[in-house]
Amino acid sequence: MPPSVDSAPLFAEQASGSLRLIGYLALAAALMTADYRSAALVAVRAYAQNLSAPAYWLATAPVRLARSLRDASAERLELVKENAALREQLLRAQAGLTQSGPLQEENSRLRELLDARARLHLQAQLVELVEVDLGLYRHRLLLDLGSASGVAVGQAVMDAHGLIGQVSRADLDHAEVILITDPGHAVPVRVVRNGLRAVAYGSGEVDRLELPYIPFSADIRAGDELVTSGLGGHFPAGIPVATVTQVRGDDSATFAIAEAAPNAGLTHGNQVLLLSQIADPPPPPATAADAPASAPEPQP
Amino acid sequence: MSRQREGVLLFWSSLLLGLLLMVIALPEALRPWRPFWLGLLVIYWSLEAPERMGMGRAFGLGLVADVLVGTLAGEHAFRLVAMAFIVLRFRARMRFFPMWQETLAVLAILLNDSLLTLMLRSFVGATVVDWRYWLAPLVAALLWPWWFLMLDDLRRRSRPREASS
Repeated sequence: MPPSVDSAPLFAEQASGSLRLIGYLALAAALMTADYRSAALVAVRAYAQNLSAPAYWLATAPVRLARSLRDASAERLELVKENAALREQLLRAQAGLTQSGPLQEENSRLRELLDARARLHLQAQLVELVEVDLGLYRHRLLLDLGSASGVAVGQAVMDAHGLIGQVSRADLDHAEVILITDPGHAVPVRVVRNGLRAVAYGSGEVDRLELPYIPFSADIRAGDELVTSGLGGHFPAGIPVATVTQVRGDDSATFAIAEAAPNAGLTHGNQVLLLSQIADPPPPPATAADAPASAPEPQP
Repeated sequence: MSRQREGVLLFWSSLLLGLLLMVIALPEALRPWRPFWLGLLVIYWSLEAPERMGMGRAFGLGLVADVLVGTLAGEHAFRLVAMAFIVLRFRARMRFFPMWQETLAVLAILLNDSLLTLMLRSFVGATVVDWRYWLAPLVAALLWPWWFLMLDDLRRRSRPREASS
């Protein structure tokens, strides 16, 4: 019978195809679990990532070409102007690092009064970004330095205007930064105006942070500047983070939720500042803690 | 002999180009529109040359993509294997579809892939997407006819005597 002769190997083929599918999917799932749950793949990944360096080099070639063409054709005057603007930005960044805001100053005065340690001096390093796209909804950046240059997981990353995020993975020559807008990221903050504490969570949108579980009685309003509070010890205190744009009731109508716009340019710029780890322990919590502050959890 | 080698060259260079197109930086406004190039490549090659692109190679390609993009090892592999499987299973029918029907089938495969990606990421942690998330599969499906014709044409050029693919 021709049909049976034809259909028998066809079904056999389909069955083996399904088996192979299940095998491959199980293998992929096992890999994902291993990568997520344990550090078993870290070494393999660091090695493999090295091999991808040429791919990054090729992928960023158009950007570099466009930039060198622009540099070559730009008028000298424009370059001078840009130079001046960059100088100003750099100055502002330096100023921001040594004393970010009057609150920090006041804080250090109090510390001196208490015979505490001298004011926190931050060490920062200018790092180039590798301009590749790591996915629209993943909120990640790639740094051009890795663990070979001393980059470690947890280091804070900022630009001249504010906090960008923290290092979430360090390979030999590259490091991945998780942005403060990632839905899996949280940073303890403080309102500059009155010292109110809160935690700013990423919203998944590149221009918005959320500060949930704020009591309605708390004094926070649109326009308030938020800086890192230093609680949890992951971020140095006093780095500008965001500006409150709106305060509204949450779905349960028990707490208020504040929305804030990040100060840093998260979608542009090609250089960032990598802050070195702070050796000082975080300052003791004050009595005016209004919201729970938790350590930021970098997503693996 | 050398014709065969050129076909091989086209195959591997298309994969390399697909990987680069995945991570190449785009202006902010264009980012949501980026099609899943690797997906389109896997669909094309498993449809037209299943001896070159089976589930095994789709898996390997996915692992390379995972390293490059920095996703969990296995995420892209999972997605591409699922794609290759669907195409291989319905290959006999898809190849005789008129172009518009084939495009719809590709759209269905890509939408399924987007859904699968959301599912995989939601296991790992919070993922927030908006309506723009669904633009990429649409764009990719709209590109499909041109993509198909271009690759077909390139393949035909690389072996001039066997005009039919």
